[in-house]
Amino acid sequence: MGNVEYELAETAEINAENNNNDISLCALCEREKQSRKFLSDMKWIERQRAFMDFTLSSLWRRKVRNLSLLLVYALVIFLLSSVIFFAHALRKEAEAILEGSPQMIVQRTVGGRHSLIPIDYVEKIDQIRGTSSVKPRLWGYYYHPASRSNYTIMVPENYSRTDDIVETGAGVLRTWGALWDGKLYLKAHDGEAIFLKPINTMTDETDLVSADLILMSETTFRKISGVPEGYATDLTVRIRNERECQTIARKIVQVLPDTRPILKEEIIRTYSSLFDWRGGYVIVLLGGAVLAFFIFAWDKATGLSAEEKTEIGILKGIGWDTSDVLMMKFWEGVVISLTAFLLGVITAYVHVYFVSAPLFEHALKGWAILYPKFTLRPAVNAYQLAILFFLTVVPYTLITIVPTWKVAVTDPDVVMRH
Amino acid sequence: MVMVVRKSTGFLIVLLVGGLFMAGLLFIHPHLQRDDYERGLAKRKHLVRELQLTDLCLFTEARYTRHLSQADLHSPFQDYPMAFEHFPSGSLVLPPEHLLKK
Repeated sequence: MGNVEYELAETAEINAENNNNDISLCALCEREKQSRKFLSDMKWIERQRAFMDFTLSSLWRRKVRNLSLLLVYALVIFLLSSVIFFAHALRKEAEAILEGSPQMIVQRTVGGRHSLIPIDYVEKIDQIRGTSSVKPRLWGYYYHPASRSNYTIMVPENYSRTDDIVETGAGVLRTWGALWDGKLYLKAHDGEAIFLKPINTMTDETDLVSADLILMSETTFRKISGVPEGYATDLTVRIRNERECQTIARKIVQVLPDTRPILKEEIIRTYSSLFDWRGGYVIVLLGGAVLAFFIFAWDKATGLSAEEKTEIGILKGIGWDTSDVLMMKFWEGVVISLTAFLLGVITAYVHVYFVSAPLFEHALKGWAILYPKFTLRPAVNAYQLAILFFLTVVPYTLITIVPTWKVAVTDPDVVMRH
Repeated sequence: MVMVVRKSTGFLIVLLVGGLFMAGLLFIHPHLQRDDYERGLAKRKHLVRELQLTDLCLFTEARYTRHLSQADLHSPFQDYPMAFEHFPSGSLVLPPEHLLKK
């Protein structure tokens, strides 16, 4: 019995040893495989780096041409990125600021045009269930011939200053020109001269909404604008339950058919669609930049220079494969487009968020003199970067390969002779 | 002995530094500016609420571009029935959505 046990134990020990040997053999094989894979990976990386070394030397040989190419490419990316960043930031800004605007504005229209609204409309709207307050708003425009600027004149709800004092936005005194004994000279609607002492109460920080504002008393406003007593520019309506806005707007039109209600959501939507990068003025700016890019890429795609063709011919002649030539050109595209992408995006960021996009100032200003000073909130998301990347880097890198492939598949002798 | 750096190494270093700088600008700079910006935004919001404002003061050349959301649909073309829009910023604004769908 003892012998049998001993034999069994010995057999088990031998089996275990064999198993261990098998396992260690497998581990060795696995390690060998891994080291081979590592070596082949290293070889692949080393090969790609060699291509990159060659490409960089080749680019540097034609440095003037390639640097000018890089500059143009970076400029196009800069334009595209600036438009996308600027539009997105303005849209976000408008949505955030206008959240505080009135829930509903009621205008009166006559002959399809905005007209003055009788103040007794207030009572009629106030009787509609769901409205919490209805207030007349007095505002209008004043054109100052000396500065050739339009200003918005307005009466705040609780104006505490006297009739000869006005509160001005930062842009008013910046553009008004000479003051008359420290006072603004305005002409009333009947031609009478009015001198008003300006107090600058609004800072540059609020310029985006207040740059052209001149706040004044009701008496002064009526004198300047000619809006008669008993009339206002429009009415603001406050509604208890925001979800009832549409219903109340419908009821107002039923009671007062000559009115036009404008809801806050419509105001916000107007600005959202204006600064949507797929529409409004943004598409005009973006269209120019995209067109410039396609002309540039098309020029690149239509052919290679004689020098480049000879280089490809020589490379093929000394034993390079077509795939090697294509790989070299791929790296050339990657080097140029990635560098241009970095340069373009960084400069666009600085242009939009550090210096408030001075290049777009003229497009927005049009014929106006007054333009607000504003700093936009920096906000770039992955979606915008992905759009920029796929609009610029990917097409350019692919486009550079096509003409090379055409030359690379031709006989090297023919290419060199040509 | 002068150590020669491979061109690819140099380029990859430049790319890395540039990439890190860009990432810093895009993702760190906004957080550094947040407090200043929030302060300014609060002031703008307060002014909009207090004065019951409805529009941004971006295009001041014409009344219907200064107050885009308040303009009636005819305002850019109201000089006479066949009038063309003549203010630059007015021509940059798209017509209302429902007209484009037609």
